[in-house]
Amino acid sequence: MADIRNYTLNFGPQHPAAHGVLRMVLELDGEVVVRADPHIGLLHRATEKLAENKTWVQSVPYMDRLDYVSMMCNEHGYCMAIEKLLGIEVPIRAQYIRVMFDEITRILNHLLWVGTHGLDVGAMTMVLYAFREREDLVDVYEAVSGARMHAAYYRPGGVYRDLPDRMPQYKESKWKSAAEVKSLNDIRSGSLLDFLEDFVTRFPKLLDEYETLLTDNRIWKQRLVDVGIVSPERAMQLGFTGPMLRGSGVAWDLRKKQPYEVYDRLDFDIPVGVTGDSYDRYLVRMEEMRQSNRILRQCIDWLRNDSAKGAGPVISDNHKVAPPPREGMKSNMEELIHHFKLCTEGIHVPEGEAYAAVEHPKGEFGIYAISDGANKPYRLKIRPPGYVHLSAMNEMAKGHMLADVVAIVGTMDIVFGEIDR
Amino acid sequence: MSAKLETLSQNLQKHLGERIKGQKIAFGEVTIEVDVADYLGAMRTLRDEPELRFEELIDLCGVDYSSYGSAAWPGRRFAAVSHLLSIANNWRLRVRCYAPEDDFPVVPSLTEIWSSVNWFEREAFDLYGIVFSGHNDLRRILTDYGFIGHPFRKDFPISGTVEMRYDPDQQRVIYQPVTIEPREVTPRIVREATYGDVENG
Repeated sequence: MADIRNYTLNFGPQHPAAHGVLRMVLELDGEVVVRADPHIGLLHRATEKLAENKTWVQSVPYMDRLDYVSMMCNEHGYCMAIEKLLGIEVPIRAQYIRVMFDEITRILNHLLWVGTHGLDVGAMTMVLYAFREREDLVDVYEAVSGARMHAAYYRPGGVYRDLPDRMPQYKESKWKSAAEVKSLNDIRSGSLLDFLEDFVTRFPKLLDEYETLLTDNRIWKQRLVDVGIVSPERAMQLGFTGPMLRGSGVAWDLRKKQPYEVYDRLDFDIPVGVTGDSYDRYLVRMEEMRQSNRILRQCIDWLRNDSAKGAGPVISDNHKVAPPPREGMKSNMEELIHHFKLCTEGIHVPEGEAYAAVEHPKGEFGIYAISDGANKPYRLKIRPPGYVHLSAMNEMAKGHMLADVVAIVGTMDIVFGEIDR
Repeated sequence: MSAKLETLSQNLQKHLGERIKGQKIAFGEVTIEVDVADYLGAMRTLRDEPELRFEELIDLCGVDYSSYGSAAWPGRRFAAVSHLLSIANNWRLRVRCYAPEDDFPVVPSLTEIWSSVNWFEREAFDLYGIVFSGHNDLRRILTDYGFIGHPFRKDFPISGTVEMRYDPDQQRVIYQPVTIEPREVTPRIVREATYGDVENG
């Protein structure tokens, strides 16, 4: 009898379905995966080491570059850890703004996920629809921070500035005709909140559209149902969090269970899966977008009401942490000194250690910060959700066909910025 | 201290008792320290005891304390710090375990207790050189193939030790010692204890 040996296959790092720079060594028996060994670290930039050599605030933009499809949520976790160590309060308006942008980020992330996951398993149209809506949301990012991706908008003690009164406008070009520009600018003629309200009104219908494309689609179901099943016990053993854990039927969401900012005042539901397969995780994430939309609506109403009453501050008035306003700095000696000290030396965080976690779109994003009282962190550990999920690759892919590996990579929603750090 | 933390620390005392070498509650978080000898047993109790029930290991990381603060660090240099989460009881715990030897830090591996710790231990080994005994696949994970040294140790320079460039003569990519000068834009400053204090500053 002929000698049959297992076949070893290199998946990535240049494979379009590898979601970045994943190199995976697959051992195959025919077309069945026997062992999957992900090799990561190709995008390792030593963010944690760099943060140890920068002042606390200087690392905020690095956080954007971790999970580069849910930028503001990373900043949020980092700022919360610093605030915990400093023991400062964030003004209520800033808390609502943060929650609003966290949910915008969640929709941004899930849209990209559903688009690329669709591409992975052969649904080519989905990504076009998803990017159409992402465009509106990155415009919101741009309006508030000036950057469409790496916003660096959150600060320890609040957010960098209040919501703007106007949206960036489109200009006529050889790609966009006058008529197109007019229709785009019409919905962007009001304030940021007006534009977002328009989006929130449109969005549920668009989600229905996506679902008509995918949810009952026979091919989509053939590729996802019963692929990568994880039981609730195994999911907890493997350290799953976020939609990966909820897809397995564990009702765990930090926004409900350990509420931070103003999540305890908002009304929303947590979707939970039943079988723990890729299809359930898809359904969970689709429903999460609807719930985020609900939260957005409530935040808009609150912020609008607050603006009408005369908007409150958006950053702490403790000038040992947040710089004083520009006018104060020009007229007041003490505030000038505060500004100078903050910009040259940075915040001094009291000695101690703290762990702060947020419900990031991908799972629990945690920051473990150790301070020895200096103006730089002594140790900063980032707990990326995708890292833990990818470490379960071997267990989830074993026994599946080669083509299912792509579906499993897709369902994990991995981004290499945060996995390799 | 909230009632929940009170219950947690009582349960910890009840089930771990002597094995807790140090306990601290700060910022609403409980931290315990255990000896290397008790580490595995204590962790197993933390997972299995219904009054504690930490089903998930959220995070494990290495820490190098060698340059902590302005004075010399009195204790052991390396520690493995893990964060546990109980979904049933909705509480968290931080467990610190110092490696007894500074030159060859060894800590038992938790892979038998939580599967999620596998990559975290590989990472701590890669970045800090902490060896996790009992781990069956302790390879480097984040650094390059063939990397030398443990880059997150405090005595490892931030610029690294080697750089890579294309050599036109040999017509291949070569490694050479780094040519960039070390520089520090903002110096590291430790002020007196009350400096950053919001109330007394």
